[in-house]
Amino acid sequence: MTEATKHDRGQLRIDRDECKGCGLCIEACPPKAIRLSEGLNHYGYRTAEYAGAGCTACGICFMACPEPGAITVLRVIVHRAVGVAAEGISCASN
Amino acid sequence: MSSEAAIEYEVAQGRAKAFYPRFERKDELQHQTHYCPGCGHGIVHKMLARAIDELGIQDRTILVGPVGCSVFTYYYFEVGNVQAAHGRAPAVATAMKRSRPQSVVVAYQGDGDLSAIGSAEILHTANRGENITVIFVNNAIYSMTGGQAAPTTLLGQKSTTTPDGRSAATEGYPLHMSELLATLEAPVYIERVALGDNKQIAQAGKAIRRAVQNQVRGLGFSLIEVLSPCPTIWKMSAVDAQRWVREVMEKTFPLGVLRDRTKDAAPKALPPAAPALEEIPRILGVAEQDLPAGNAHAMEPGRDVDLEVRIAGFGGQGVLLLGEVLAEAGLDAGLEVSWLPSYGPEMRSGTSNCHVRLSSRPIDSPLVAAPGILVAMNEPSLRKFDHSVRAGGWVIYNGEAFPEDCVRQDLHVLAAPFTQLADELGDARASNMIMLGALLEIAGALPGASVDAALRRLVKNSRWVELDLRALERGRALLKHSFPEVIG
Ligand SMILES: Cc1ncc(C[n+]2csc(CCOP(=O)(O)OP(=O)(O)O)c2C)c(N)n1
Ligand code: SF4
Repeated sequence: MTEATKHDRGQLRIDRDECKGCGLCIEACPPKAIRLSEGLNHYGYRTAEYAGAGCTACGICFMACPEPGAITVLRVIVHRAVGVAAEGISCASN
Repeated sequence: MSSEAAIEYEVAQGRAKAFYPRFERKDELQHQTHYCPGCGHGIVHKMLARAIDELGIQDRTILVGPVGCSVFTYYYFEVGNVQAAHGRAPAVATAMKRSRPQSVVVAYQGDGDLSAIGSAEILHTANRGENITVIFVNNAIYSMTGGQAAPTTLLGQKSTTTPDGRSAATEGYPLHMSELLATLEAPVYIERVALGDNKQIAQAGKAIRRAVQNQVRGLGFSLIEVLSPCPTIWKMSAVDAQRWVREVMEKTFPLGVLRDRTKDAAPKALPPAAPALEEIPRILGVAEQDLPAGNAHAMEPGRDVDLEVRIAGFGGQGVLLLGEVLAEAGLDAGLEVSWLPSYGPEMRSGTSNCHVRLSSRPIDSPLVAAPGILVAMNEPSLRKFDHSVRAGGWVIYNGEAFPEDCVRQDLHVLAAPFTQLADELGDARASNMIMLGALLEIAGALPGASVDAALRRLVKNSRWVELDLRALERGRALLKHSFPEVIG
């Protein structure tokens, strides 16, 4: 296996100014990879933030969140190396 | 080859294209919705936006918004938007869909909107099987107005109008709109979904997509009821409100499909599109020569007109006709016009008045709160509107003399016994046209030919046309005689 599998399959981008800190994404996330920030944003909300590890890019938090763009769920692109036929090089994303 | 920077990402889930990139609302807050933290409306918006994206229908979707917390749907969805009066979204959506059959029309409604004030509209729209999609967001309360009970409020649920909890004995039972509508023959698809947990949210998204898709396929009426949290009015945290949907609300409103004929329903032929504007006279049977000419006797170019007139009297004195002739003449002269009648329920002897505006520029509001000219056909009308006339304005009063206690130094007054003058001409009922003659002379704005044409269009009887023309002349002469300096 290459290094890609050691990383999370996904990643979150959270717009700190759009998030209102309702906490629904934290409740929704199956691997519990989201938490509330310590600090407050410009509007005085503690906002959602990625806990740093575990995102599978399932996208469930996105649909639980009431704001149109507070959460963007990113998925790691797995590149197939040129010449996949060659055995042993099945995945070379990084 | 192990640096973090080398990892590439693609967006798995992100903001739908059907949303505006920025919301044109309060300056500071254009990057977020107006909804409370944890509000279900936002989630339903996202499901609808996604369905629009996935079905590729953004450029032909019309969203009809309600009154309620979701009144501002037009801030968010970059589609055609109409905001309907409280409860009327299905009626407005019907009109939209019938006049623009190629559009995809979605009515979005709260439970107060749909099940209380709008109960008739949704019932008949569903019964007619209109090919529209209704998204019905049920949070069991009137939220926007601060938490009064709705027909959908649960038994025992506290609200500002049921402080001890809803009681069946006094407020009746929660209304099951979806079940009621599912007793009708016409609807194609009705499902109740909820936002109580991840699984329910996923199902809700699918149902909404299908309800929109049914319309795209021409199948007929689809409605999705969404049990939706309102943390603010329920006085709960967002997470507790979500749990309440799942553990409490759902017991009263069981989830599931109540009607599904999606598979058997055959696509309906599109109704014919609304006729083009030019065809309407023929459809109405209006002969060519009776059509308003529009711009027939155009004003001198560059002349700036802004006339605001209020006409008041008793019903039967010709208040509304006076206003109509004036407005019609304005149309004929190529002006922007508005005519707004306002009368009591009595046909005769009640008071009536109307607002007329004629302008070279687009008219913002048809209301005339501070007229430049007031036509008062009797004393009560004078007393009612006299104070509202703009300083420097005119009052044309049907009476021997202006009542002493009404005298305003900053107005021009033409007081004359118009009824009597009309009687001398042949019929007391022509007094309104004498007053109009004086008014036209004061306004000085309209070509005589336009007034003539307007009169002939509105008054069918030739004997009356002849009398009215003489009455107009009488009025013009009276004004010239009383205020020689006005002429010009
Ligand atoms: C004709 C009319 N009557 C009453 C109101 C006051 N009003 C505004 S919103 C509302 C109830 C909205 O409740 P619901 O449809 O459940 O929407 P929610 O705010 O809960 O999303 C009422 C009664 C109004 N705006 N217009
Ligand atoms: S009051 Fe309730 S329904 Fe209205 S925006 Fe807030 S949470 Fe949503």
